[in-house]
Amino acid sequence: MFGLLADPIGQTTRLNVETSMTTITAAESVPVADPTAPLLSLRGVNKSFGAVDVLRGVDIDIRPGRVTALVGDNGAGKSTLIKGIAGIHSFDAGEYTFEGKPVTVHSPKDSNALGIEVVYQDLALCDNLDVVQNMYLGRELKKSALLDEDTMEAKAKETLSGLSVRTLKSVRTLVASLSGGQRQTVAIARAVLWNSRIVILDEPTAALGVAQTEQVLLLVRRLADRGLGVVLISHNLTDVFQVADDIAVLYLGQMVAQVEAKSVTNNQVVELITAGRSGDLGLKHPMADVIEEGASKTGGVSA
Amino acid sequence: MTETSTRETASGGSTSRGAGAAPHTPARPSRAAGLRDLSNWADWAALVGLIVLVVIFQSLNSTFLSPGNIQSMLVASAILIVLAIGQTFVVATAGIDLSVASTMTLAAVVFGMVFTAGHGLPLSMAAAVVAGAMVGLVNGLLVARGRITDFIVTLGTLSAASGLALILSDGKPATIISAPLLKLSTGSIGIFGYSVIVALVIALIAHIVLFRTRFGTHVLATGGNAEAANATGVRTKRVKTWVYVISGVLAGIGSILLVARVGAAEPAANTAFLLNSVAAVVLGGVSLFGGRATIIGPVIGALLLTALVNGLTLLGVSQFYQPLSVGIVVVLAAFLTRFQK
Repeated sequence: MFGLLADPIGQTTRLNVETSMTTITAAESVPVADPTAPLLSLRGVNKSFGAVDVLRGVDIDIRPGRVTALVGDNGAGKSTLIKGIAGIHSFDAGEYTFEGKPVTVHSPKDSNALGIEVVYQDLALCDNLDVVQNMYLGRELKKSALLDEDTMEAKAKETLSGLSVRTLKSVRTLVASLSGGQRQTVAIARAVLWNSRIVILDEPTAALGVAQTEQVLLLVRRLADRGLGVVLISHNLTDVFQVADDIAVLYLGQMVAQVEAKSVTNNQVVELITAGRSGDLGLKHPMADVIEEGASKTGGVSA
Repeated sequence: MTETSTRETASGGSTSRGAGAAPHTPARPSRAAGLRDLSNWADWAALVGLIVLVVIFQSLNSTFLSPGNIQSMLVASAILIVLAIGQTFVVATAGIDLSVASTMTLAAVVFGMVFTAGHGLPLSMAAAVVAGAMVGLVNGLLVARGRITDFIVTLGTLSAASGLALILSDGKPATIISAPLLKLSTGSIGIFGYSVIVALVIALIAHIVLFRTRFGTHVLATGGNAEAANATGVRTKRVKTWVYVISGVLAGIGSILLVARVGAAEPAANTAFLLNSVAAVVLGGVSLFGGRATIIGPVIGALLLTALVNGLTLLGVSQFYQPLSVGIVVVLAAFLTRFQK
């Protein structure tokens, strides 16, 4: 699956929405669905809270079997973007397509129905409930009117062992008594319990030690290897380069680049995050119009 | 009952599921370590307190544990048990229902009106429960949708419901003469009066709802981490509304027991019931911050408070000392909950 990386985005080293879209459309002549076609695409997404424009014309593609790192400084709009994808608050404008079809997502239930799962930074786990209860929270299995504890417990164990998670002693342990890495594992396992297609991870390694970070990153890689589209939000570029296939950079609410991780250096990504521009990547130079008028190569988003 | 209680309190509420089958014990310390650990004592507070009280009162007055006195204590605790169960659901979501007692008063007055109008017992009882449910619904909607603090909302309905009871009854009690009601308050199976049996059946149902249904899990999740629950698709607003409705319905059922016991529907304040319902919940190890609850705990808490008052009366201690002793016990229990994990 990773041999099929000859996609236009990687080659042009620049986010050029129009180009990538047309190429993908061309690929549709192949009878079998293109395995690298984005599962989820956003085009020109806007979101504002009152007078503050948090997202301005954001485009992003999430592909199956790939880890897309979403990076950006504090306040760049990363959280707003994933909350919009998850349906916690709707976007003000823009296209939201899933497997090529336009969809409307207005609540977490909508995104869950599409197979999109978000693992939040604060984990969204209830400390007072056990591992099984947390994994099934909001979607408990029932046998007539009562909870089907046995099936839930068995499936939770199955999912955890399917992810090669062996650090949990019992699935009936209260989440309050788990370590940070274990909690993260539970949160991720919950996300894949539902035949999910896309898993979005918000800073999964933020509060973890070295060994636990390594474990979680392995788990992230495993998700992508199972063919899921994975979005990884992280401030830690070491983590990002270790595990990500693509890097998407948000800068002050604009998507300044979505590039293949191999094609950029650490420094370039830092420049993109802090200045929104690195060489010919990212936002166009303030003087770009003068330098190359009407150049088709300007891939920066001009909202 | 006591056997279940041991298991329930030992497991600290939300892990009660393994009951019966082989329990999942890895996180639980050994019995010996458990005895040294203060947090376990906090979970057991109500039961330990009840046993201590029973031992003290029995040694001071041997009639305390006579079958007759046990029966009267159980009957006297029935209404409080029912109210405390309703309160438990609300407190489990990190809320509080200060209006339970006045809701019960209003429901009792409605009961009296419908009964006096000659609509018969079943309809009167239904009217009382519906009246309680309506007050609960108003509470729930104002707290969940109106985003007003639970404390203020239920303080408001506390006043409004007792005011409404006074208006509807014109301040006068209505005497209710009904053979079935008399039977409810005086009849018994062994030492268990019918009213206690009603209360215990309600407790059993409440236990199943809280620990064996999706709704119960959502109640605990809402109290434990409402934001997380919301993000995973739990409709926390709906859950919050429903717990107040449950509290209101149980206040309605409580009013039936009250009317049966008093033989009249009167617009009395019943303030003691409010304080004691909260006290029973705290004694029962239910966290006022939400997310941690049992049903058996508050039931034992209610029994403890009743036994305390009964024992003091038997010892001839002046009535004036009773509120003082209840206050001390409740604060002690709250102090113990500091050691809860």
